[in-house]
Amino acid sequence: MDAGSLNSSSNLKGQSRYPLQEQLLQRRNSKENLDRFIPNRSAMDFDYAHFMLTEGMEGKENPAVISPSREAYRKQLAEALNMNRTRILAFKDKPPTPVELFPHQHSSSFNPVKSAKSRRNIPQTSERTLDAPDLVDDFYLNLLDWGSSNVLAIALGNSVYLWDASNGSTSELVTIDDEIGPVTSVNWAPDGRHIAIGLNNSEVQLWDSAANRQLRTLRGCHRSRVGSLAWNNHILTTGGMDGQIINNDVRIRSHIVETYRGHQQEVCGLKWSPSGQQLASGGNDNVIHIWDRSVASSNSVTQWLHRLEDHTSAVKALAWCPFQSNLLASGGGGGDRTIKFWNAHTGSCLNSIDTGSQVCALLWNKNERELLSSHGFTQNQLTLWKYPSMVKMAELTGHTSRVLFMTQSPDGCTVATAAGDETLRFWNVFGAPEVSKPAPKANPEPFSHVNRIR
Amino acid sequence: MVSRTVAKDIITLRGSAAIVSEFFGYAANSILYNRGVYPEESFVKVKKYGLPMLLTQDDGVKSFISNLNAQLSEWLEAGKLQRVVLVIMSKATGEVLERWNFSIETDNEVVEKGVSREKSDKEIMREIQAIMRQIASSITYLPCLDEPCVFDVLAYTDKDVAVPFTWIESDAKLIANPQMVKLHSFDTKIHKVDTLVSYKNDDEWEEQ
Repeated sequence: MDAGSLNSSSNLKGQSRYPLQEQLLQRRNSKENLDRFIPNRSAMDFDYAHFMLTEGMEGKENPAVISPSREAYRKQLAEALNMNRTRILAFKDKPPTPVELFPHQHSSSFNPVKSAKSRRNIPQTSERTLDAPDLVDDFYLNLLDWGSSNVLAIALGNSVYLWDASNGSTSELVTIDDEIGPVTSVNWAPDGRHIAIGLNNSEVQLWDSAANRQLRTLRGCHRSRVGSLAWNNHILTTGGMDGQIINNDVRIRSHIVETYRGHQQEVCGLKWSPSGQQLASGGNDNVIHIWDRSVASSNSVTQWLHRLEDHTSAVKALAWCPFQSNLLASGGGGGDRTIKFWNAHTGSCLNSIDTGSQVCALLWNKNERELLSSHGFTQNQLTLWKYPSMVKMAELTGHTSRVLFMTQSPDGCTVATAAGDETLRFWNVFGAPEVSKPAPKANPEPFSHVNRIR
Repeated sequence: MVSRTVAKDIITLRGSAAIVSEFFGYAANSILYNRGVYPEESFVKVKKYGLPMLLTQDDGVKSFISNLNAQLSEWLEAGKLQRVVLVIMSKATGEVLERWNFSIETDNEVVEKGVSREKSDKEIMREIQAIMRQIASSITYLPCLDEPCVFDVLAYTDKDVAVPFTWIESDAKLIANPQMVKLHSFDTKIHKVDTLVSYKNDDEWEEQ
């Protein structure tokens, strides 16, 4: 009864109320449909319900009528059962799998390149040993050099021998007289054909190795023996026991073009930078000087660019870094035993490593970031360091006396060392050479036939 | 493709298909870079959509994506493509870790009658740019892919499509109980592309 009053008044306006027709009145308005099962039908929408029951079936295709939840359910179902009119296709050729660069247990696609390089097999022993009799066991000399034409020059006593690395043949270049000898330094010119020989009597001879003849003798530069040589194009720099360093232009008659004064004792280490702009010199006075060509000389006596006094022993080992400009590595002698790194531009010491043994020579690896040092007492070893971490990568032993002289092949793979134990050893420490040498293997005495000349 | 009118450009079915497939190429590259499927060094920067987009240099991946795009273009022009899904799976177990779902709604009238629509190119670029930005920023909430992964692309097409011989039928590669994030969509008035990424529920996080 109350329901009737709930109806909007507009419905009742046009109707007179008859007591008996009360029920009929209510029935006219569908919202007033009451029965004992559902007392209150106001919440029901009969129009819609009727529609859904009769025509609702066809309305399934009409998405507007379907409730959102029903639609989502239908979609989910279709997707799960693939009843949609959909085909799922994938490309037949799969994309390439990424190569793993980070460490993982699965070794199937492990990138071998990086690991192969770090695990380069460094032979612990020399690949070849040659006899080097009468090699002068003097720390301050530089008796070994490997030229760009792949010919190695070694000074044994008063003679200079050339060993052709491509075929292993030996030849004698010159034997000098006893009065002017022994030979105190050898150095190949950049062209690999001309060679400079420094002598005990302070002279320097210039030879053409191809024609096997002497070209000239440089005299009057030093007062005592010439223990170190370095080439810079046509300039031959000579370092003497008198502490003087002289730049000689070998093309002109009066060859002395510049004098560097600064060392108080013998100049045993002499190296031009790869750019040819700076010269590093190490002396028995424990001092390293860096000279710069761009510093103009007024009276041909030039002031040094830097004077580095950190070492406490003679500095013979000097090496310019091939991959980082202005980086110089130096090694100190028996009382110092350190390898120091310098910024040649500013003169500051970047790093200092105690090696525990006299450093006789230093060589940079041209292909990798590595440094090789040769030592004396007690191990007489060659140590390969990783740069810049200075982690020891390898220690090569074999020499029985201090490894005074070290040089590397033009291809940068092999290192040759000579020591007072009168052996010349070859080490494949910088990598395997691409071309195998046709020379006979491990011939302990290839110098034998030359030896008999004496 | 478009004639420069005052504000809106005319977009044909072919043009729209090109936009969508090009979008997919760049989006796929971006996903591969951001999710670390391929090493970062193998990607190079190019300018696209006004953003620095990264494209892979790996020849295998490049040819895969370009072949894919050619086919997608074809399907888009025919109005048969419903969605493209880029799936990232673990290399070791083959389990699906991520699903990048690009649903495509095609205006069938255009396909049937060959009419063209009008929409500003810039507007479309802006919309695509928004999606690209979202893909790049997705790494903030997507779980880390610690293990090496591989990817694959699925195309949902109409059933009446002839399967080209370089494609095979595949399963849907769904993720069980995925977390889903809906990204922006873009509309060329002919094709409307919705982006959704679903990823494996990270068990470490508390389920809410």
